[in-house]
Amino acid sequence: MIRNNLLLKAIALGLFIFSYSAQAGIEAHTFEDSQKEGLYKELIEELRCLVCQNQNLAGSNAELALDLRQQTYDMVQSGSSKSDVVDYMVQRYGDFVLYRPPFNLSTLLLWVGPFVILLIAVLGLLRYIRGRDKKTDPEITPEDMARAERLLSKDQQD
Amino acid sequence: MKPRHLIPLGLFLLLTILLGVGLTLDPREVPSPFIGKPAPTFDLPQLHDNALNLTPEEMKGQVWLLNVWASWCVSCRAEHKVITSLANTKEVNIVGLNYKDQREDALLWLKQFGNPYLASVSDLKGRTGIDYGVYGVPETFVIDQQGIIRYKQIGPVTREAVAEKILPLIRELKAKAS
Repeated sequence: MIRNNLLLKAIALGLFIFSYSAQAGIEAHTFEDSQKEGLYKELIEELRCLVCQNQNLAGSNAELALDLRQQTYDMVQSGSSKSDVVDYMVQRYGDFVLYRPPFNLSTLLLWVGPFVILLIAVLGLLRYIRGRDKKTDPEITPEDMARAERLLSKDQQD
Repeated sequence: MKPRHLIPLGLFLLLTILLGVGLTLDPREVPSPFIGKPAPTFDLPQLHDNALNLTPEEMKGQVWLLNVWASWCVSCRAEHKVITSLANTKEVNIVGLNYKDQREDALLWLKQFGNPYLASVSDLKGRTGIDYGVYGVPETFVIDQQGIIRYKQIGPVTREAVAEKILPLIRELKAKAS
């Protein structure tokens, strides 16, 4: 029982520390215009943090993410449109900063690849199914037919 | 063995090769959109004398390096020797961009390890860093006589990078101009 208690305490402590650190990186940005607030939130969801590459700006605690959030905030507050902010970021960090990369020659494989693989899979499946259908339909030789007939007629006589 | 039985083996080998190549790539090395583009301008106070400013325009007409560094950056310390020996070749001037640092810390750092820079400028808020797309200090840019960025090194400059890429590029750019 004592050990359980200790474990509980450890878990509680861990949760406490975790919740604290999760809040540490989030700064308060206030908006008077709810439309701008929406745009800001949309942008920081869609822009990637280049330090922790699997996080977006909204989710990252990295210094750079903090700076880029501030930059996004400043631009949105001064009336920049979504494409203004996106262009600003792409100019500096390249297409990589976008979680939804644009469709061009270097990203062709990225966008089309999955569909090509799907097509190959479907074709393979079709071939497999057709092949199986043939196997379940065995040829009946004339001898077999004659034998079947014999057996059937024998049944009727009994 | 029928050839179709070799298909899984072939696919496996293909996947192995693909993953093997993936291992040799560094995901932190994001292709820079700056290569071949003009270096973004800045007008920042010099680290050693706050009253003096430096702009990239003043460097026009020569090939130069912009090295982003900070006293808090551990890899900058590792890179410092290489930067110093590159500066000692006298082949190129190196400007330091002191990124998000405290002035006193930066000055102390240079005093402690030596100062290979023609000058360093203070980017306290990191705004110039953003303009240069900096995301992992140290970073180094090679900028040509016309102010065009020709090369970007992400992470510490290694001796190999100097010998194989940076110095040959500097010489090539100089030869082209003369």
